[in-house]
Amino acid sequence: MSPMLSRRNLLQAGSGIVVGLSLSGGQVVGQTTDRLPAYLANNPRLDAWLRIDANGDATLFTGKVELGQGVLTALVQIAADELDLPIERFGVVSGDTRISPDEGPTAGSLSMPESGTAIQFAAAEVRHILLDAAARRLNVPMSVLRTTDGVVTSPDGRKITYGDLAGGEVLRREATGRRAPKPAASRRHVGHSVQRIDLPAKFQGEPAFLQDERPEGLLHGRVVRPPFAGARLVGVSDSQAAGMPGVVKVVRDGSFLAVIASDERQAMLARDALERAARWEGEAPEVSHETIHEWLKSRPSDDSRIFSKTDPAPAAERVHEATYRRPFLMHGSIGPSAAIALLDAGEYVITTHSQTVFSTAPAIAQMLGVPVASVRLRHAPGSGCYGHNGADDVAADAALLARSVPGRPVRVQWERRDEHAWEPLGSAMQIELRAGVDRNGDIVDWRCDLWSMPHSTRPGGEAGNLFAAQTLAQPFAAPPARAIPAPSYGPDRNAIPAYDFSRQEITTHLVRDTPVRVSALRSLGAHANVFAIESFIDELALAAAADPVAYRLRHLSDPRAIETIRRTAQSFGWDGFVRAPGRGRGIGFARYKNLAAYCAVCMEAEFSADSGVVTIVRATVGVDAGAVVNPDGLRNQIEGGLLQSISWTLKEEVRFASGRVLSDSWAAYPILKFSEAPPVDVVVIDHPDAPFLGAGEASQGPAAAALGNAVSDALGVRVRSLPLTPDRLRAAASGAIAPRGKH
Amino acid sequence: MPVSLDIDGEVVDVEASQDDLLLWVLRNALRKNGPKYGCGAAQCGACTVLANGIPIRSCVFPLSALADKKIETLDGLRAPDGGVHALQAAFILEQAAQCGYCSAGVIMTAAALLRANPAPSDQRVRQALDGNLCRCGSHNRVVRAVLRAADMMAGR
Repeated sequence: MSPMLSRRNLLQAGSGIVVGLSLSGGQVVGQTTDRLPAYLANNPRLDAWLRIDANGDATLFTGKVELGQGVLTALVQIAADELDLPIERFGVVSGDTRISPDEGPTAGSLSMPESGTAIQFAAAEVRHILLDAAARRLNVPMSVLRTTDGVVTSPDGRKITYGDLAGGEVLRREATGRRAPKPAASRRHVGHSVQRIDLPAKFQGEPAFLQDERPEGLLHGRVVRPPFAGARLVGVSDSQAAGMPGVVKVVRDGSFLAVIASDERQAMLARDALERAARWEGEAPEVSHETIHEWLKSRPSDDSRIFSKTDPAPAAERVHEATYRRPFLMHGSIGPSAAIALLDAGEYVITTHSQTVFSTAPAIAQMLGVPVASVRLRHAPGSGCYGHNGADDVAADAALLARSVPGRPVRVQWERRDEHAWEPLGSAMQIELRAGVDRNGDIVDWRCDLWSMPHSTRPGGEAGNLFAAQTLAQPFAAPPARAIPAPSYGPDRNAIPAYDFSRQEITTHLVRDTPVRVSALRSLGAHANVFAIESFIDELALAAAADPVAYRLRHLSDPRAIETIRRTAQSFGWDGFVRAPGRGRGIGFARYKNLAAYCAVCMEAEFSADSGVVTIVRATVGVDAGAVVNPDGLRNQIEGGLLQSISWTLKEEVRFASGRVLSDSWAAYPILKFSEAPPVDVVVIDHPDAPFLGAGEASQGPAAAALGNAVSDALGVRVRSLPLTPDRLRAAASGAIAPRGKH
Repeated sequence: MPVSLDIDGEVVDVEASQDDLLLWVLRNALRKNGPKYGCGAAQCGACTVLANGIPIRSCVFPLSALADKKIETLDGLRAPDGGVHALQAAFILEQAAQCGYCSAGVIMTAAALLRANPAPSDQRVRQALDGNLCRCGSHNRVVRAVLRAADMMAGR
């Protein structure tokens, strides 16, 4: 891959995923490189990444943004190590399209492999440049100098600070990649648990979120959304709303209907009035959450054989089949999406919690019909982000409203029902698996057919992916959803098993019709694919009268996969497990995207036949994420992903009918509660000298699988459709529902 | 007509009507950062503040229901000596959040719990927090932080 790869090429290569892998995956820490890490090659100026002021304090510039995962802290740890400068002397500028290096989206568990590696090389080179400058000033060879806490010291005791060295043009040069980052043994911060730099403000009621920004003259916007997908606004009497106290303006553009008021509560009341006065027309597909899987299989699909393998192996003696299903799931951020926009002197400045500031800015510019250079996005933290939620859409809403009140900042705050009803959902999926086993019960044939709607409709520079833009009088049509290619994949993420089955055929049936909005939800298809594969493996182990852990190991050759499963099972006490009545245990494993972190989960679950309720007794999760930057941060991510996945798998299903999302409140879409969260033991398998592997989404799939397997073990019957609700489990346990699939 | 409110130990007059909801008055008129908008329907707990020591959902309470009540928000939460409250210190020590959006409501709910029950069990903490939603999966860290704060406050 050329180091001069342009941003456009990166996007075409699929969100930079392929590039990030090929460039960072092969680099061994502690060595130099002829090929710069991808985003450093795209933004080679060192002062685009690091600046040091006269006091010797550093500012780290990154295109990655804080989504609630501690990524900025981890990036500062990396820079602090390479620069020999304390963490507290760093400031961070993150996700500002005007001044941050374009590092693409903050997604796909790629921040450490991509940005971490880029910053590591940039900071190593900056330190070298400072050392070189010090050597000249002190007139000694560079090799005798030492750097500690931002001070360079010579053997004779003379000292010179980074602040003295970094003035002028010294960092205005391009990275070469010829300065090796430190070996693991010399790191003081990377590999050690460091407290997050952003949390104290959040715990002490200081301004920490986008929602806490209150610029002078702030106005408040609210948007009236259609009653169902595809509805057109055919009429509205806006006189009542326009005359309400505090209302500055009613904005209508086609089916985009909104109000701006000087007070937030007034904006809400005016929105309610507008909503009552609006008349809508349109038709929506007659499909609901109850019929979605039949509908999915009935639609035209783009079919692609993503993987096939035909190694020699014995013929199959028996064939097993099973079908697994996942419903639509929602991100369900606790804070609904919000944005602040200001049109001033021809420039839009939009404060957003988007994951994709660099590709959402041109999409908004296209919607507004202004040059890309006229739209600046700056990231500010919002509520936890687990994929493509309403963040980009509300940024577009705010821009449209700001256009009508130049000089005044407008904050648009989606209401809870907006977020629940209109955030792009994680697609429903159906996965049909078929396995042939030899006389020992070992798997020789593996066939997977999966049906799914798209898993990414991110803005990607196109106005047609912004909800508001689709509803304007001059609408932008939604472009066809981009396929996410190998090796990361989208609907088919982790559809290729980690196991060494001799003959394999994996086919994706991508259905582009969607009855509701869909896009990227944490781990994309991996949640459902790993649930299906790992459930099926357990069914095959049962048929072979084999222990599920031993059966998996029989089919694996990757030593890190084997070690992850072994250590997780050992820590859980798999072999000494004593079964209590009504209880079961389960395991799930995957290497996220087949290229990022390895993760195994063991769970013990208890089923109450009376209530149908599953109680998760305990969970153990093992993870190998390569070199670990912040062990406590990794544990937090892995445990958080596991608990979120338990919530999805046990409780969640978006109900909808005729284009209308019915799960429009927390009462209608319950999620995991404090009393339902099991104790979780996290086992971190560190490889300090290996490359960083992304871990932010690694536990979603294995957790779902371990849970499904533990529940099935407790029930004595397999349940293959999610979520594992009390009604469904009680029915399965009593034999009222015939299990799907044949044996 | 100004409405008089007792917030974080200060009596303040705000330009508002009696049927204005407390959350928006706190966030916009009084520029409090702690109480967060989450659902507007008392279903998620992000907006939790204390009224005479009792956790309430500020997103559904009109000012008229709060006359003569002492309101406490995260912004005003302090240790008796004016320093960082034990809950805030414990949340940092346990790194008890991911995004932190639910933290303000969680901490205020826990503050009320610890005043009523200075040595709660793990189970009691979970019960108290069951009306506060966390989407990032930080539940167990939060519970550990509340128990740790209880220990710190008791000098254990």
